[in-house]
Amino acid sequence: MIAHAIFFYVFSLIAIISAIMVTVSKNTVHSVFFLILDFISISCLFIMIGAEFLGMIMLIVYVGAVAVLFLFVVMMLNVAQQKNQWLLSEDSSGHIPIGLIISALIFFELIIVIGGWKYKPDLFNSDNLQISSELSNTHSLGQILYTDYIHVFQISGMILLIAMIGAIVLTFRQREGVKKQSYIKQISRERSEGVEVLDVPSNKGVKIDD
Amino acid sequence: MEYFDIIFREVYKILFLLVPVLVSVAMIVWLDRRVWAFVQKRRGPNVVGPFGLLQSLADALKYIFKEIIIPASSNKVIFILAPIITMTLALIAWAVIPFNEGQVLANINVGILYIFAVSSLGVYGIIMGGWASNSKYPFLGAIRSAAQMVSYEVSIGIIIINVLLCVGSLNLSDIVLAQQEMWFIIPLFPMFVIFFISSLAETNRPPFDLPEAEAELVAGYQTEYSGMMYAMFWLGEYANILLMCALGSILFLGGWLSPIDIYPFTLVPGAVWLIFKILFLFILFALVKATVPRYRYDQLMRLGWKIFLPFSLIYVVLTASYLFYFNLLPTN
Repeated sequence: MIAHAIFFYVFSLIAIISAIMVTVSKNTVHSVFFLILDFISISCLFIMIGAEFLGMIMLIVYVGAVAVLFLFVVMMLNVAQQKNQWLLSEDSSGHIPIGLIISALIFFELIIVIGGWKYKPDLFNSDNLQISSELSNTHSLGQILYTDYIHVFQISGMILLIAMIGAIVLTFRQREGVKKQSYIKQISRERSEGVEVLDVPSNKGVKIDD
Repeated sequence: MEYFDIIFREVYKILFLLVPVLVSVAMIVWLDRRVWAFVQKRRGPNVVGPFGLLQSLADALKYIFKEIIIPASSNKVIFILAPIITMTLALIAWAVIPFNEGQVLANINVGILYIFAVSSLGVYGIIMGGWASNSKYPFLGAIRSAAQMVSYEVSIGIIIINVLLCVGSLNLSDIVLAQQEMWFIIPLFPMFVIFFISSLAETNRPPFDLPEAEAELVAGYQTEYSGMMYAMFWLGEYANILLMCALGSILFLGGWLSPIDIYPFTLVPGAVWLIFKILFLFILFALVKATVPRYRYDQLMRLGWKIFLPFSLIYVVLTASYLFYFNLLPTN
């Protein structure tokens, strides 16, 4: 039990410290690395409470894909060179109240949810879920997700799909004059299209249009 | 005292796994160079030791005694962290590889997801090394490899779903035991081919070695590295290749199971069969390296997103419908 508690406090301490470092570190790329550290410690916490499937999915989706794209964007936009000194600069002080309001809102939402869970256990009616302790985590998650909550699951999938299509539509632009290779065209080319035999008159040459 | 006992026992087990892995990484580098040389009618490394077997050890010794140069304008912490991360991630994934029934360091429920997660973390070693070098070629190499590895992970994930549909468990030992009647390479042969090609791309092997394409990028993300740090990248890369071979043999070639379940073959311990299968896949890797020219970057992306992804998705639907229609879905 003691070892469990020690691990819990170590992981949560790392998670909290790296979450703070995400916002205060001066280099944007360092912030993303701290964000990755945060994700990893949170997935360790998931594994510690026995939710190994969620922990691994957290690693695969957030650390393996989402954070890579974050890094990509941060490196590409070259914001790494901008020193992130929001506490000192004049023009960014307008963002601080908004940020504080949003974080206060999130904090109160968490308090309401956790308080409701603590004092009104029947608020989250999980008693009617059939969870047998013999099944592994992944099996029971699948059995609940694809039976009782299939509509919620499908709707969230739809929302993600729409968001993806929206992102593609927003960033898609038709460029003019781009030369593209077409594999089918290249393979199906024949001699008659590619080669032309010309009679070249001497001292005049021939004009080949291109 | 009890804790110390547990820790000592675990450390002993971990060393018993990792030392052979590291030695076999050194041997596999030699094998890779030999196969590559034989295809090109050269001799390859044949001077140090019998058949040149000790060549990798000599190379490692050379790397240890070389100076580690850290560029002045680099981001030093991340620069040093990058090879450490590559090497660590390449080694910790071996914890869940089963060498025989019960012979596994950590028999966790979500073994395959663990390997998938660790291999998807592998991109960080490259991206950190490339960015921290603060130089153009390493950065280009890192950006290329990030895009490449993320793209091919998607198709590997979907191929794994194909196998999991037939098994009904995420545990690697269960996956091997489910192949007792028939190895998955027979019903899922197209998936095996795609898995093989994707794992070439995932481990940055030729023909997909664009992150370190020497003709364009000097050495990609490794350009600024020297001495032991370079050797760690290199060891991590080959450990990853071995891991992908092990994963391929567990998913499709029946892991530790012997090909024919009759008397003389059952005497051979399962770990030996697994090693033979890993070697077989590795020699295929080496032959591909020797014979196929490098892909162009846009062709690589096209192959990953426009061919492998739709094809493996269609195959998931086919496998699921077949299993559902003939009532073969694993129930447990």
